[in-house]
Amino acid sequence: MTLTKRIIPCIDVDLDDDGNPAVYTGVNFEDLQYTGDPVEMAKLYNEAGADEFVFLDITASAAGRETMLDTVSAVADEVFIPLTVGGGIRTRDDIKETLRAGADKVSINTAALENPEVIDEGARSFGSQCIVISVDARRRYDEAGEHYVGINGESCWFECTVKGGREGTGVDVVEWAREAESRGAGELFVNSIDADGTKDGYDIPLTTAVCDAVSTPVIASSGCGGPEDMHEVFTDAGADAGLAASIFHFGDYSIQDTKAYLDERGVPVRL
Amino acid sequence: MSAQTAADVVLVDYGLGNLRSAQRGLERAGAAVSITDDPAQFAAADGIVLPGVGAFSEGMENAGPFREPLAAAADRGQPVFGICLGMQMLLTTSEEADHAGQGEVEGLDFVPGTNLRFDTGVKVPHMGWNELDIEHEHPIVSGVDSVGSEIPLADGTTTGGSVDGDYAYFVHSYYADPADPDSIVATTDYGTDFPAVIANEAGNVFGTQFHPEKSGETGLRILRNFVEYCADR
Repeated sequence: MTLTKRIIPCIDVDLDDDGNPAVYTGVNFEDLQYTGDPVEMAKLYNEAGADEFVFLDITASAAGRETMLDTVSAVADEVFIPLTVGGGIRTRDDIKETLRAGADKVSINTAALENPEVIDEGARSFGSQCIVISVDARRRYDEAGEHYVGINGESCWFECTVKGGREGTGVDVVEWAREAESRGAGELFVNSIDADGTKDGYDIPLTTAVCDAVSTPVIASSGCGGPEDMHEVFTDAGADAGLAASIFHFGDYSIQDTKAYLDERGVPVRL
Repeated sequence: MSAQTAADVVLVDYGLGNLRSAQRGLERAGAAVSITDDPAQFAAADGIVLPGVGAFSEGMENAGPFREPLAAAADRGQPVFGICLGMQMLLTTSEEADHAGQGEVEGLDFVPGTNLRFDTGVKVPHMGWNELDIEHEHPIVSGVDSVGSEIPLADGTTTGGSVDGDYAYFVHSYYADPADPDSIVATTDYGTDFPAVIANEAGNVFGTQFHPEKSGETGLRILRNFVEYCADR
């Protein structure tokens, strides 16, 4: 029939007090709550009909990274759907060892902004299909941007941030999306600092702006509070995939509930 | 390894491809898998899998040493299964090498035809889950009647059988265009109906454009069909 929209659960993995990998999920913006074992959760989502699985390493330490690659391998052994791994990937060698551990794609964020060449190198060596560029976008209402959209009567642009939105880079998200695509990114993973944790829905103007600017697939992320938000980001913004964490992890909605909701409204999904 | 319990499958390591995923999927489907870059191991295998991620010309360059041994296997009637780029390499040539300025690059030529780039105004690469529409019966998509699910496998849960109307996971920019329409086993619609599964005239050389090892239960069913087909020989 036609290419389906993808529903993607995402886990944030850190080391617990005993140094074991564990999934943590943000609650009310700041608090991280222990959510489960990464391998067990991957297995459950594989069985539950997830279309892909995203594993983000939030340890940010060298020792953590070693442990994390073993966990990636253990997850890869359990999921027979595409696996994207992000967090701490900076160089071609990092990409190589993450793919070797069993990832199908790697997600690169800050390192690509600091050194865009890593996109070219990664795409050349391993193919565009495995290079996902992730951005943490923040709305700005000043004159410093390049591409503006109207939001509630105000003119707004989107800035690439680093360190979880705490630091701006001055780089316009739309401009960066185009550059990442031209350097060989195979997919764009668009997070919104403004929408993150709100459960009020994805940042539709942001996702729309990126989807309109590039022809590579776009994964919308941040703000999903339920199936109606997925519906909005697919039909209004044109996203190719919708990512969510807490609504699935805490059992608010199942993957199948979400897909059934979308299917009833004419959005093509893999049932 | 007894043919009663599983098939011995070799996974060709030519430097490209997600070997680990393919290995895990085949093992889950009941195969005993050896990863090899030694063509001498082909003859004794029940089946040969040519995985693949990457560019056509690079794939063919790396696969050069395997050209003759694979042709011999195909002639002997051994099952040869190409996945994604591995499938595209079963054809005579590809536009991809031309586009990359590398001129005509010879494929394995087990299925006469070429590979074309999507140019129908759709997003390229075609990435994601799309539907399979079976055009011709073939064991890889329909299951093996003579064997069915009677072979006890280590993992008894995944059954073989038809995947008509099921969804599979694709990532590619080029698609096969076989000279003979009878080579097309299944199609998928992405702006145009392109071949998702192809096979040679004898039926023992076949390939999937999608990644069965990444296509969930549907993919495992296809791998199970493959293992049963290999075990049945």
